[in-house]
Amino acid sequence: MAGSELTSLTLKSALEGLKSKKFSSTEITQAHVDAVAASKTLNAYVLETPERALQMAAAADARIARGEAGLLEGAPLGIKDLFCTEGYRTTAASKILGDFKPTYESTVTTHLWRDGAVMLGKLNLDEFAMGSTNETSAFGPVANPWRAEGSNQTLTPGGSSGGSAAAVAADLCLGATATDTGGSIRQPAAFTGTVGIKPTYGRCSRWGIVAFASSLDQAGPIAKTVEDAAILLRSMAGHDPKDSTSLPVGVPDFASFVGKSVKGLRIGVPKEYRVDGMPAEIEALWAKGIEWLKEAGCEIVDVSLPHTKYALPTYYIVAPAEASSNLARYDGMRYGLRAEGKTLTEVYENTRGQGFGDEVKRRIMIGAYVLSAGYYDAYYLKAQKVRRRIADDFKAAFEKCDALLTPATPSAAFALGVKDTMDPVQMYLNDVFTVTANLAGVPAMSVPAGLDKDGLPLGLQLIGRTLDEETLFSLGGALEKAADFRAKPKTWWKG
Amino acid sequence: MAIDAATVRKVAILARLNEPEARLEPLARELNGIMTWIEQLAEVDTDGVEPMASAVDHKLPLREDIVTEGGDPSRVLANAPSSKDNFFVVPKVVE
Repeated sequence: MAGSELTSLTLKSALEGLKSKKFSSTEITQAHVDAVAASKTLNAYVLETPERALQMAAAADARIARGEAGLLEGAPLGIKDLFCTEGYRTTAASKILGDFKPTYESTVTTHLWRDGAVMLGKLNLDEFAMGSTNETSAFGPVANPWRAEGSNQTLTPGGSSGGSAAAVAADLCLGATATDTGGSIRQPAAFTGTVGIKPTYGRCSRWGIVAFASSLDQAGPIAKTVEDAAILLRSMAGHDPKDSTSLPVGVPDFASFVGKSVKGLRIGVPKEYRVDGMPAEIEALWAKGIEWLKEAGCEIVDVSLPHTKYALPTYYIVAPAEASSNLARYDGMRYGLRAEGKTLTEVYENTRGQGFGDEVKRRIMIGAYVLSAGYYDAYYLKAQKVRRRIADDFKAAFEKCDALLTPATPSAAFALGVKDTMDPVQMYLNDVFTVTANLAGVPAMSVPAGLDKDGLPLGLQLIGRTLDEETLFSLGGALEKAADFRAKPKTWWKG
Repeated sequence: MAIDAATVRKVAILARLNEPEARLEPLARELNGIMTWIEQLAEVDTDGVEPMASAVDHKLPLREDIVTEGGDPSRVLANAPSSKDNFFVVPKVVE
């Protein structure tokens, strides 16, 4: 098979081809290594590990030959550069981590390698996963493989998992790991025509993932299809004693729920997600999604999540507060950058002043401010109480329905550079539909559902009950089938 | 409540961030914008609401108080900007 035939396979069909020895892991890995090397314009990878990939592929081929193939045996994947990889530079796209080479492996990637997956390299992201456009990365932004019809303008792939989403959309890996604190899996997936799921908080271990906001961070896959996402999540998930918030529950065979009938499921449509200024196209896509699920036998129910509008302001207290605590560890003493200074305090201040980018500093400052003496109750405690209200909204809604259907984002991908013309609050509004699921800890998935008038992908979001990813996979499969989304970006970036 | 340059300076010191003098005013404006937007949380009635610190109802487990890993200083020090004789070397703290 030609290289481009191999890279355009879904994870599912690649695994079948590997198992039936239609092609080897070495072949499909080499095809991806070549594709990655020819796609530097996208800036999706911040570290390519071709030798490691081919070494892992050879080992996978040997296991396949012995009949010992694991769940992901021989499949080349991309890893968001927020997951620690033993011996391979891990930066969180920040200058402050510099050349940090972990001496340990994150639990999620350990699971992937246990199951036979192959590492192609580390994927670009917003610095410390703080951003919605990938422009806060110390390595510069990722380019979205998609462009508007007849335009040469480079668009954002979204963020923070922009490298993961772009790599999957451009066939630079069969699937990728990502993380989601306020929408960082689902928004880039929607912007690139890929599938992304943020599982229930606690499904995937956070151990070895560079921390942003610990009560919100959750790992999940970005993939080409709903079934691929299900296969990846099964490997990534699972209880881990090294993360005290990891849930001690078994991991279902998520893929077995894709294609299952959704007849009789009740789908909630929350009226508060009909926000002011929402483009007509997004509204129309949402209506189409409702129609598709109705045709598949679902019952549509109107529900209310009355505290939705308070979710973003709540997030922008909780997340920066946790970030300012988590990022206190970057003091220049044990790893990463150390700047010069006359006193110890000066060393700290210079290290952090030079090592962190503007958005990260802004969030650390907000966090330090809302946690500082005299403001803790007024801001942090208040936000934690509103967060409870938001979670209670979901509990009440899930008494009337089995899952919610909403748009994934308030717009399609926009041009790189637009961020500079917006104030921070406008930028934060990108996450208006996604952030609620993080606050409530519930699982949510973005599924590509159509193209806008400029030929850019748009996504729909499904939100489920705590630990009920199964229903999301069934519904996601039904949406995917109805939408029949097959569009691919034109390969303008090759060469 | 308005955030001025002096508040920004104070917070920057608390956060150990060296912000140049020229950045203080613009940062004060940005932070004010963000905090003013956040003020709307005051509208929400939260009387008697238990603050939510964890995303799922899950009791934190306790583990045996035993050493599980360790005794490998070379791995601990592998990324140190400066180290000597199995110690981190840090700037002089006491004169």
